[in-house]
Amino acid sequence: MITLLWLIPALPFASTLVLVLLGSRLSRRAVAMVGVGSIGLSAVIAILVAASYLGATPSGGSFTQPLWTWIDVDSFRPQVSLYLDSLSLLMVLVVTFVGFLIHLYSAEFMIEDEGYSRFFAYMNLFVASMLTLLLANNLLLLYLGWEGVGLCSYLLIGFWYRDPANGRAARKAFIVTRVGDTALSIGLFLLFTRLGTLQIQDLMQRASTQWAPGTSLAAAAAFLLLGGAVGKSAQLPLQVWLPDAMAGPTPVSALLHAATMVTAGVYLIARTHVLFSLAPSAQSAVAVVGACTLLLAGFSALTQWDIKRVLAYSTVSQIGYMFVALGVGAWGAALFHFVTHAFFKALLFLGAGVITNALHDEHNIFRMGGLRKELPLTFWTFLIAGCSLAALPFITAGFFSKDLIIWDEWSAQNGNPALWTAGMIGALLTSLYTFRLIFRVFFGPLGLPVTKRPGYRMKIPLVVLAILSIVGGYFKQPLLAFLHSALPSTLEVHAGALTEIRSETISGLLFFVGVYFAYLFHLQKRNLADVLVENPIGRMLHQWWFADWGLDWIYDKVLVQPFIWVARINKSDFVDAFYAGIAWLARLSYRGLSDTETGRVRWYAASMAAASLLFIAIVLFK
Amino acid sequence: MILVYLIGVLLIAGVVAWVAARWNSQLPRWVSLVAIGVDLALAVTIWGRGSVSDTKTWLDEIDWNWVPAFGIHFHLAVDGLSLLLLVLTFFLGIMSVLASWTEIRERVGFFHFNLLWVLAGIAGVFLAVDLFLFYFCWELMLVPMYFLILIWGHERRVYAAVKFFLFTQLSGLLMLIAILALYFIHHQVTGVYTFEYSKLLGTQLSPHAEFWIMLGFFVAFSVKLPVVPLHTWLPDAHTQASTAGSVILAGLLLKTGGYGLLRFVVPLFPRAAHQFTPAALVLAAIGIVYGAIMAFSQTDLKRLVAYTSVSHLGFVLLGIFSWNPLALQGAIMTMISHGLSTGALFILVGGLQERLHTRDLDQMGGLWAVVPRLSGAALFFSLGSLGLPGLGDFIGEFLVLLGSYRVSIAITVVASIGVLTSTFYALRMVQRAFQGPNTHAWHIPDLNLQEAFMMAVMIPCLLWLGLYPQPVFNTSRPALDHLQREAQYPIAALRR
Repeated sequence: MITLLWLIPALPFASTLVLVLLGSRLSRRAVAMVGVGSIGLSAVIAILVAASYLGATPSGGSFTQPLWTWIDVDSFRPQVSLYLDSLSLLMVLVVTFVGFLIHLYSAEFMIEDEGYSRFFAYMNLFVASMLTLLLANNLLLLYLGWEGVGLCSYLLIGFWYRDPANGRAARKAFIVTRVGDTALSIGLFLLFTRLGTLQIQDLMQRASTQWAPGTSLAAAAAFLLLGGAVGKSAQLPLQVWLPDAMAGPTPVSALLHAATMVTAGVYLIARTHVLFSLAPSAQSAVAVVGACTLLLAGFSALTQWDIKRVLAYSTVSQIGYMFVALGVGAWGAALFHFVTHAFFKALLFLGAGVITNALHDEHNIFRMGGLRKELPLTFWTFLIAGCSLAALPFITAGFFSKDLIIWDEWSAQNGNPALWTAGMIGALLTSLYTFRLIFRVFFGPLGLPVTKRPGYRMKIPLVVLAILSIVGGYFKQPLLAFLHSALPSTLEVHAGALTEIRSETISGLLFFVGVYFAYLFHLQKRNLADVLVENPIGRMLHQWWFADWGLDWIYDKVLVQPFIWVARINKSDFVDAFYAGIAWLARLSYRGLSDTETGRVRWYAASMAAASLLFIAIVLFK
Repeated sequence: MILVYLIGVLLIAGVVAWVAARWNSQLPRWVSLVAIGVDLALAVTIWGRGSVSDTKTWLDEIDWNWVPAFGIHFHLAVDGLSLLLLVLTFFLGIMSVLASWTEIRERVGFFHFNLLWVLAGIAGVFLAVDLFLFYFCWELMLVPMYFLILIWGHERRVYAAVKFFLFTQLSGLLMLIAILALYFIHHQVTGVYTFEYSKLLGTQLSPHAEFWIMLGFFVAFSVKLPVVPLHTWLPDAHTQASTAGSVILAGLLLKTGGYGLLRFVVPLFPRAAHQFTPAALVLAAIGIVYGAIMAFSQTDLKRLVAYTSVSHLGFVLLGIFSWNPLALQGAIMTMISHGLSTGALFILVGGLQERLHTRDLDQMGGLWAVVPRLSGAALFFSLGSLGLPGLGDFIGEFLVLLGSYRVSIAITVVASIGVLTSTFYALRMVQRAFQGPNTHAWHIPDLNLQEAFMMAVMIPCLLWLGLYPQPVFNTSRPALDHLQREAQYPIAALRR
């Protein structure tokens, strides 16, 4: 069964091909069958593969399936080869399963769109690229998936291409992530040049034997990979693309935030954890980047009025948690949070899709309200997902995963109180912005009237994901044990005054504090929020946070505008001016000389005499 | 003999096509298709014969005494490197004929005469291993190309054609001087007058002479390649030429520059090339970034695509002067993939111009809904151009960078930023032409039969190069090994 592995990425690739070639001739029903069915089949095969992996775990905990030799030049021999271990298996299961639910939802959500088959072609390619990235056994194949994911994000964010704003958001996503990719590619050059392979397992082995911990080469390589990771995973300083990525259809956001794309960076770091362990400076950088991102994005999420932008910033913030976990060496915790986040974040976006669909594409949460009674199923599932995101203690999946991270921030090898504090503040912020959203959208007086209600294909994914957002948390121990074969377990070193129970109690309290303040400002005394924003400091902070801490503005002024200015000013190529100058000179001298050709003999005689005199003078006085 | 046929078929078919136009204006097109098709089949048979052993240099050769008094031979030979470029030549040749099917309606016979003769000249350049013959073919491709731009070009065709002619002719003269200098010095040293490539290899030259002769060759080839700042003929020529002209210019003529550097400059003058390497690498990096920025700023769609060539061919220069197997294979792959992806872009842009009667990006927009197939194909080849993994261009550029990293990390970083910059122009092009609102309410037909056929062939080819490029590497490896043995100086050891 495990040999069916190649089908998992191949099926979505094949259906992309079918949809590209025949899409315009197929009925919508057939398109949905192909588009959704291929991912469903992939998910089924993933489960079969998982079953056979668990039933008879291959020796060493990993299974390699070589397909063909991609390149063989000199000593550079990357293969197109798949690698399955517990880490990639877990990610593949989540990606195919959540991806399938999102596709199912899309089949209904996009039904009226003219680009129905184009949409599914892109979505399938998106999933296929992500699966390639996850299953790649060498960094070059991973890079293929990595870039493919970036491409699909571009195609899907700009899916409604008629609006130039969508195109701008799409290009921003592609270009910003490609800035990171450039760092990653240089990292690949370095790794290959120094270690002579790009095959991940060999690479890790050679790195640990050839590089002493803390050497500058290991640090350089790890930092370059980190550059790629912060781009794809929307972490500081490259997080600016993700909030704008909301321009795409809502299922795209669900896919992008939950299953594909943004978790790629987390995966890359987990995959190359040996290298990061060799480079303590880079690993602490991962933690610091994560902590800063989770805080900054949390504050930004508090100020957004667009329902999808709130969720987008919350993704940035939650990925920040995963980065902190990776940074402190809590590899398993990061992956656990990835799993629960995939469930509840997909659910939140799908719920948001139902809401915006119901309200004539209204995104402003301040114009919504009272949807609790109008869309009961959406309300309950959204509430469950929200509680999971905000970590409602001891019930939701999000609590278990996030609390594990916060605890590890304190206790793990590289943990320290500062990171722990950041995690706690982040927890409070999460609870605040999540319930701000819920109270504004579902409670209070009815805002806009509901015009459209979801059908069963949109409801099933909501229910399934809601169940998973609760149940997912109870698999904490088995999951961590399962990952143990691929990732080292977390060493708890400094427990000290704090115990895990106390840490959990504090974060549990913070959840309720957050809910209470959200209730106070956004349900009970709604004008109180306005009072806060209206005083000068409040307004300034609000604007600053709303604009993502001004990072976008800085990039625009420092990088984008100067580049465009330089390009525009040199549009006609200054180098050509040189050649044009030569041509001009030639023409000038031609004219000058032809002017002397007057036909007057006196002129000719005079100039000949003058020239003769000149030459004689030169000869004489030299 | 097969090598003589390769060129002869084209030369004869050219005359036939010219004459045939008297009876039927469609006839020259079919004559050309058949002739180039025959050549492609011949080239593929050579390929199919299997790989060469390492001891034999050439897969096939023909050597006739031409002017014995001056030691001039009619000497053609093919190795893996030439073969790949020949296959590309004939492949793009067929595409050029198809691309002109509806575009060229005036003086059809003479057009195809020129087209076939340019191809013959290019094939000769890739085959000649006698420097005199090489120079002869170098000039042979120039004149018909000049006519192709001058007669069937667009609004500023005279300016562009003259500029093209002057640049190539003047730089060609430098090469002629360099060839003659080498010829006479070789006679001084050995007492033998010969233009024979294999005999001129390893000629004892004083460092001074070697450097200047090398520079003569280098300038000629770098005008063709082109290397910034010798590139300014290119945007004008590419923009003003007809579609077939642009395809041949970008897809093939530029490659003769890369081929010349590979075949002649480094092997004939290894020490001078070694000495010149830092400068060449810097020029390459400048070209990569500068070409990309220039492409980004253009509003003329064809000019935009033209500038992308400046950027991509910078990788070829970078790869050649890095002179290690990775970078060299990368350079060859870049040449082939660039021929496909940029050739296809010129075909699509030409098709658009034929339909819209403009190349101005400001006049376009929202064409995706109008011509989905054309737009999809353009998107595909733009992705090739921006170096998406899975397509041929990526393989080439990645290998070049992987190889150049061993020579200079700084240059590699700059060139990698050039790859990033290619994203800017490629996405901008797609946005301005195909996305956004259709403000000008264009209503034009989608790909016609010929265009659809060309895309249906070129898209799988680029994918093949991206996913299974090994046959190409296997073909060029013996040739590259041989060239590297000739250039004893390991340039790669410049800096570790």
